[in-house]
Amino acid sequence: MTTTVSKDSTATRKRSISTAPPSMKVLAVKILFLAIVDAVAVFAMSMLFFRGDWLVLGIVAVTTLLVNIVYLSPGLLPGKYLTPGLIFLAVFQVFVVVYSLYIAFTNYGDGHNSTKEDAISAIVLQNTQRVEGSPTYRVQLVEGPGGLGLLATSPEGEVLVGTQQEPLQPLDPGAVTLDGDRAVAAEGWTSLQQQDVLQRQQEVAALQVPLSDDLADGFLRTMDARNAFVFQSVFVYDEAAGTMTDTTTDTVYADLGNGQFETEGGEVLGTGWQIVVGPENFLYPFENPRFGGALLGVAAWTFAFAILSVGLSFFLGLFLALTLNDPRMRSRKVYRVLSILPYAFPSFLSALVWLGLLNTEFGFVNEVLFGSANIPWLTDPWLAKFSVLLVNVWLGFPYMFLVCMGALQSIPEELTEAATVDGANGWQVFRGIKFPLLLVSTAPLLISSFAFNFNNFNTTYMLTRGGPRMEGVTENVGHTDLLITLVYKTAFEGGNRDYGLAAALSILIFIVVAAVSAISFRQTRALEDLH
Amino acid sequence: MKQSSLMKVAGVGALALSLAACSGGGTPAPAPSQSESAAPQGGGELVIWMDQNRADALTDVVATFEEETGTTVEVVVQDFDSIDENLTTQAPSGEGPDVIVGAHDWIGKLAQNGVIAPVELGDTAGDFQEIAVNAMTFEGSTYGVPVSIENIALVRNTDLAPEAPATWDELVSSGQAAVDAGSAEFPLLVGIDPNNADPYHLYPLQASFGGPVFGINEDGSYDADDLQLGNEGNVAFAQALGQWSAEGIINPNISQDIAKEQFASGASPYTITGPWNLSAFQEAGVNYAVSEIPSAGGEPATPFVGVQGFMVSAYANNPIVASQFLTEYIAGEEAQTAIYETGQRAPALTSAFEAAQSNEDVAAFGEVGAAGVPMPNIPEMGLLWEDWGVAEGQIIAQQGGDPATVWTTMADKIQSSLDG
Repeated sequence: MTTTVSKDSTATRKRSISTAPPSMKVLAVKILFLAIVDAVAVFAMSMLFFRGDWLVLGIVAVTTLLVNIVYLSPGLLPGKYLTPGLIFLAVFQVFVVVYSLYIAFTNYGDGHNSTKEDAISAIVLQNTQRVEGSPTYRVQLVEGPGGLGLLATSPEGEVLVGTQQEPLQPLDPGAVTLDGDRAVAAEGWTSLQQQDVLQRQQEVAALQVPLSDDLADGFLRTMDARNAFVFQSVFVYDEAAGTMTDTTTDTVYADLGNGQFETEGGEVLGTGWQIVVGPENFLYPFENPRFGGALLGVAAWTFAFAILSVGLSFFLGLFLALTLNDPRMRSRKVYRVLSILPYAFPSFLSALVWLGLLNTEFGFVNEVLFGSANIPWLTDPWLAKFSVLLVNVWLGFPYMFLVCMGALQSIPEELTEAATVDGANGWQVFRGIKFPLLLVSTAPLLISSFAFNFNNFNTTYMLTRGGPRMEGVTENVGHTDLLITLVYKTAFEGGNRDYGLAAALSILIFIVVAAVSAISFRQTRALEDLH
Repeated sequence: MKQSSLMKVAGVGALALSLAACSGGGTPAPAPSQSESAAPQGGGELVIWMDQNRADALTDVVATFEEETGTTVEVVVQDFDSIDENLTTQAPSGEGPDVIVGAHDWIGKLAQNGVIAPVELGDTAGDFQEIAVNAMTFEGSTYGVPVSIENIALVRNTDLAPEAPATWDELVSSGQAAVDAGSAEFPLLVGIDPNNADPYHLYPLQASFGGPVFGINEDGSYDADDLQLGNEGNVAFAQALGQWSAEGIINPNISQDIAKEQFASGASPYTITGPWNLSAFQEAGVNYAVSEIPSAGGEPATPFVGVQGFMVSAYANNPIVASQFLTEYIAGEEAQTAIYETGQRAPALTSAFEAAQSNEDVAAFGEVGAAGVPMPNIPEMGLLWEDWGVAEGQIIAQQGGDPATVWTTMADKIQSSLDG
């Protein structure tokens, strides 16, 4: 939404942007869009206010204010163009990286899933067991002066009532209204209707009515507001001491700062919580030499894979573009369509099809092209690397082909003619003129293609899942693993999901890719001087 | 100039506030913990995560539940294999489901992560098949209502193998004979992955050598401290596995899909698979019969039994409604039968199970599974499957040297990762 620029000379253009009056239509549209954005922001802020999310509320408020300032002020033209892009960049890239960095410093993963309070309540809940041989009570939820309570009818017909603080007391049968085998009302107590129960579900589920003054007898608890059983807590949490005690074995578990309950002897309770562990995840490859060695191997292969993929697909695409550009070539259109076909299929699908084609015993390649040979395309380490590269180049060369075709056609004919007149042959023309000019326009694409292939999860994972597994390493590292597939396996596969370690490895990947891209972009500036 | 910019700001502000007010109909409800009027009219709410098959099977049951209790049920369809992971990551945020469907071997891990809550079956526990209730129990607490039971067995092509083989040698020799006669291409089809093998499908053969995974306590549960994977019987199995793959009986290049396809086209007299493939065989017109897997090592070849059931999230916003749904509706005959009819897996409720015995295949699989043991549901299993599979894969691919060494190295490695 820019203001209309008057047709003054460039010298006064700057001044005229601020002094030219905008047309009413443009102004109205601008105000409408800004108003919509502001309305959404106000709505979001009101929701956040009720939830007490002060940090996000502050961020939304500041961002909206900035957006308004940028679009309402005269001038700030670059800001007006860049703001939407910057907002999306901040949300989808910057925030993601910062959050991953935060996770990398914690031990989030299996066994450390949530907060300490959640872990404590989970341990207590899971170890609350029904007392053997105890009867099933039919219950009705009631409210009394002592709070929420249970009106329980035992199988023998005895009616009792109690609350969290007061143990069950028998009631005089005359003061009780029965419905079949269940007491539904009692004097001095208000029965809760289904509606009320539904609104207080958390409270009802947490209600524990002691059977008697002796806590060892257990307590009554209901899970469906109709039946209750007698339970006992095997694990007891002592808040003052911060310890969890197993009452059956009298083992005391304490929080020793590792995000879990453990004894001095090393026994650990499985359910723990997230804590910040500092740089532990980043130091893992160094402290674990075999994993560190495997990681280096994987990193080397990732670089090799990315460079070879880009290089081979670029040269293949370039070769095809050159040959199909030559007017002497016949049926060019057919070849062009065929060359673009691999690009038309989703890479996910193609990788799975190739998986079938390369099957050692039943695959088309082995059966037909090699006459029933049993070549282990995907199970031999080096052949697997070759296969992954082959499939990736097959998927990538059409893109390079299109790009090179476009770039070649943008090179002015006069240069080639001039060179030929000067006595240069085809190869010299190509090397001296076409190729450097081509690189000027395609270099940024090559760099971004490198970054893409560095993290090319789809092809590798679909084809080999990381490939024949490396021997001698505890972790699941394979010969065709890229850094990104290794991270995926660490985070989501394997017995213990370790998001903290996976986040740390992703940050390392990010740093590598960012550094390589930054350096490469700087180098390509030298190419710009050619133009 | 100043006046026009002031007007602009005023214009934007006024329009923004009026637009925000228009959307005021959606004024947010405060967080559920301080709810006063958060519940909608009528009954409560329930959020269930299911896969498409079970969601279709239970549409009637859910509708009945909604009618009879006035609850609004929201069924979210998810891919079955990712339900456990999604629950683990989403539940602590408070936006997770109340009820999920899941496999029993997830229970240990989910309990360790504190995302599922025990469900007390009460007196209705006796109405279910014992193996189903055992499978859903972890460390003394039951974590859900079981709905289906499945296991693998030997499926044979009655045109190529009219009689059920009594021993493993008989199976191999009759399979070989069929191949030699030219009526079949493979003596036996077992679908495995070239890298990770498939310990689940090979387990009955392993069990027949007397090789369980963990020791079993008196109450039938697994003892995670007693790893039996490295015992003598298992090592003998490893040797046998190496031999079978050398003879071509176990082929690492045959994946699950290829095995199913080849059996359906009549390329082999025998395959080891579960009830999930039967419809493919029926469509292909194969005459099949289901029988028990013959013992290869002397002990009975008991398969792993898998149980699926419905569980309650520990972070459920509607725990009472969830428990009611589970104990009164999912545990009822209608729901159990509905799921059985669409999935062809035996129901867990005994009365429905017995009614399902009229189906020949279900009865046959059930007979094989009656002697089976549930897969261990302890959290340590995840670590195990992978190493176990890779070791089997290596033996099958004839790599790594002596199978016994490969196997014992794997068992030692698992033991050390369980310890430390």
